[in-house]
Order: sequence, then C-alpha cells, then structure tokens
Amino acid sequence: MNPEPIQAALPCHPQDDLLRTDRIPHIWCSGCGIGIVFNSLITAIKKSGLNQDEVAVVSGIGCTGRMAGYIALDSFHTTHGRAIPFATGLKLARPQGQVIVASGDGDLLAIGGNHFIHAARRNLDLTVICVNNFNYGMTGGQLAPSTPFGAKTTTTPLGSPDEPFNFCALAAACGAVYVARWTALHIRRLTTSLVEAIQKKGFSFVEILAPCPTAFGRRNQIRKPVELLRMYHDRSVVRNDLDPNLAVIDFAGNLVVGKFVDRTRTTFLDNYGLVNRREAPDWLGLEHERLREEKARAGAGQ
Amino acid sequence: MKYWRKPLDLETTPLARGRVLVVKDRCKGCEFCVNYCARGVLGMSKHFNRKGYHYPEADPARICVNCRFCEAICPEFAIFSVEDPQT
Ligand SMILES: Cc1ncc(C[n+]2csc(CCOP(=O)(O)OP(=O)(O)O)c2C)c(N)n1
Ligand code: SF4
Ligand code: SF4
Ligand code: SF4
Ligand SMILES: [Mg+2]
Repeated sequence: MNPEPIQAALPCHPQDDLLRTDRIPHIWCSGCGIGIVFNSLITAIKKSGLNQDEVAVVSGIGCTGRMAGYIALDSFHTTHGRAIPFATGLKLARPQGQVIVASGDGDLLAIGGNHFIHAARRNLDLTVICVNNFNYGMTGGQLAPSTPFGAKTTTTPLGSPDEPFNFCALAAACGAVYVARWTALHIRRLTTSLVEAIQKKGFSFVEILAPCPTAFGRRNQIRKPVELLRMYHDRSVVRNDLDPNLAVIDFAGNLVVGKFVDRTRTTFLDNYGLVNRREAPDWLGLEHERLREEKARAGAGQ
Repeated sequence: MKYWRKPLDLETTPLARGRVLVVKDRCKGCEFCVNYCARGVLGMSKHFNRKGYHYPEADPARICVNCRFCEAICPEFAIFSVEDPQT
C-alpha cells in the first residue's frame, strides 16, 4: 500500500517560492537552529532586491551545508571545506552574480580555514554565513574550532582542553569589510545584517550562534531546544561597533553580539582589473624616488 | 495588553488582526513558536501529525496581531500568519 502523500501543497507557506518544497521537511533535527537561519537568509535574499537569477548559494559539508540543497536558486553543495574555493571560481567567472556561502563552523573554519583566511585577505566579493553550533553536528558532535573550553563533545568527553577561535576577530584581522554576529533568536537583526552583508561589496561575514540540541546540547545538559535557544540569547549583549577582538564568546560571562565591522576596501576583482590594464600602483615607490632624485639633481645644479 | 505608556493614538489606530495557519505535516514540534508568540496565541495540540509530532494550534480566544514572528522563528516553514480578512 502506498502511503498517503505528505499533506498536499496546501496551505502554501510564504517562503515556498524559494524552497525546493519536494525536499521539505528537511533533515534538520527538531529544534535545530539551522532552519531559523535558513528562513532568515531567504527573507534577506528577497529583501535585498537582487535579481534572483543572479544569486547563487554555495555550501560545504555538514548539517548547515544542506542549505544549498533546499534553496530553489542556483546552488552547489561542495566537498568538505571547499565552499569558498568553489564560490571564488563562480564569482570570478560571473562577476555580475552575487555569491553567498552558507556553511558550518567546522566546514568553514576547521578544514576550510585557510580558504577563509585568504578569501578575506583578498577581499573577494562573497557573503559568508557561518552557523556556529559549537561542534560538528552532522558526524555526531565532535570537537570543532568553536567548541568552548570545557564543553563536552564526543571526542572530548571530559571537556575540551582547547581555546576556541573568535571567528569575528579572525575575519576582521584578515580584512573582511563587514563582520557581524547574532544568536539565532535575534531574528530581525540577523535578517538586517544578512541584507547588509549581501549588498556589501567585498568579503562580508555573519556568524550565528545556533542551537544544536541533538549533538551539542545533549552532551552539555541542555537537551531542550527552546532552552538552548533562550540561553544563547539571554547571555548575549549587543555591542555594535566594538573591536571584534573584544567581542568574546564567554558562556560564563557574556556572548557579545552585534555588527562589529562595516568598512570599505578595494576588492580582489577591482585590483585584478588594475593589474590587467597595467594600472597597478607603483608598489615600490620607484617613481616617487626617481622624482626625488631629479629634484635633488636640479637643486645641486643651481 | 499592558502598555508602559499609553500610546496617544490607541483609540484611533486599529490593531492588526491575523490568522495563523499551520502546515501540520512539516512541524517537528520544537515549540519555538509557542514559546515566542508575544500574544500567547499558540499551544501544542494533543494530536499528532503524520511524522508523530505534536503541532501548534491557535487558541480562538486569543488575538493574533499578525506580527509574523512565529513564521520567522519556525525552522520548518510550518507556520505563518496572514491578515485576517474579517478586519
Ligand atoms: C574530507 C572529509 N572529511 C571529513 C568528513 C566528515 N564530516 C562530515 S560533516 C563534518 C563536520 C561538519 O561540521 P560543521 O561544518 O560544523 O557542520 P554542522 O554539521 O555542525 O552544521 C565532517 C568532519 C567529510 N565529509 N569529508
Ligand atoms: S545534529 Fe545538530 S546541527 Fe545537525 S541537524 Fe541535528 S541539531 Fe542540527
Ligand atoms: S503572528 Fe504573531 S501574534 Fe500571531 S500567532 Fe504568530 S507570533 Fe503570535
Ligand atoms: S516552530 Fe514550527 S516546527 Fe516548531 S512547533 Fe512551531 S510550527 Fe512546529
Ligand atoms: Mg557545526
């Protein structure tokens, strides 16, 4: 006997136009924060007023990485850690397009860490969204570079002995032009940040502290999704424009959130254009030196 | 609703009214919507959907103001609100 189809398309949800509805319900666990971020991203893409034919979403491997498979836009689910390299190629081949990278903390900043650093350094015009759930959710909850010191994971059953990265500080130090962090419950502010990040020219980075009740919460005495979501929000303090080095994630103290960086730098494509038109700046300052020497000689001849 | 300071136009501006709709079989019962509806409109049904989860339902005695927060917080695209045609 064939099972009845899952409730026919009725009633139609307002986000259905950008969802691959045949794949919904998605695989994310009950109470996983990734779905909230995904919902917010869809709203942001709509609000940013872009031509949706020119938007692509790229992700790597992990629970978060499944976003690329659920959005009804051009999208690509790359191999683990390689979302940014794929997005780089896409952006260089189609500079008119908007490329959004959405992936997990492990994917973007463990195995993919060097790609992240160098894309920010070169100021590639990408929007990078990192769902930070403090562990490798998909593979059962191993230690990630974001796992707080002392937190339990499958690979650190006594608690992590490592200091985690501050992703926002890292992004800013590498040269990102837009850096923000929110929790998954700061939905309106997150959506605003995503719109700004998408519209920003250059490397923009938005980190979202999101509950992973199944792999992370369960091992750290917070099983209920609502409790995890609420805890991250309750412990957060908003500090816009704060130096991201001071924007710490300290569970015993504060989780600092806000928009930390919004600045302008020439992008990789701008510079690439200059070099190819033979208009790159005189990086050694030789021209300057020659003029100075000429001036000195003219002075001596008087 | 309790106001910290009574808005001057309280009598003249009608509050938006909404109707909340649930796509039952998409719900995974996380209760985010129930916990964060500022108007306390939602509660969990005692019934199960096809996947075995309880899903939210609106209390007809409560007033939905069509703020769409339940729609934004639902990770499953399972709930949304529309303007109530009666208002
Ligand atoms: C080359 C390679 N190494 C390891 C894996 C196994 N693997 C799959 S997902 C993942 C980690 C994902 O963590 P994160 O990016 O934080 O995503 P989350 O599931 O937490 O959203 C790993 C190590 C893989 N798929 N490919
Ligand atoms: S394992 Fe964690 S991150 Fe993955 S879907 Fe489940 S709750 Fe979300
Ligand atoms: S639209 Fe607002 S008031 Fe209405 S049910 Fe949803 S959260 Fe509650
Ligand atoms: S937020 Fe969505 S998935 Fe969670 S209980 Fe409400 S309708 Fe169901
Ligand atoms: Mg993760």
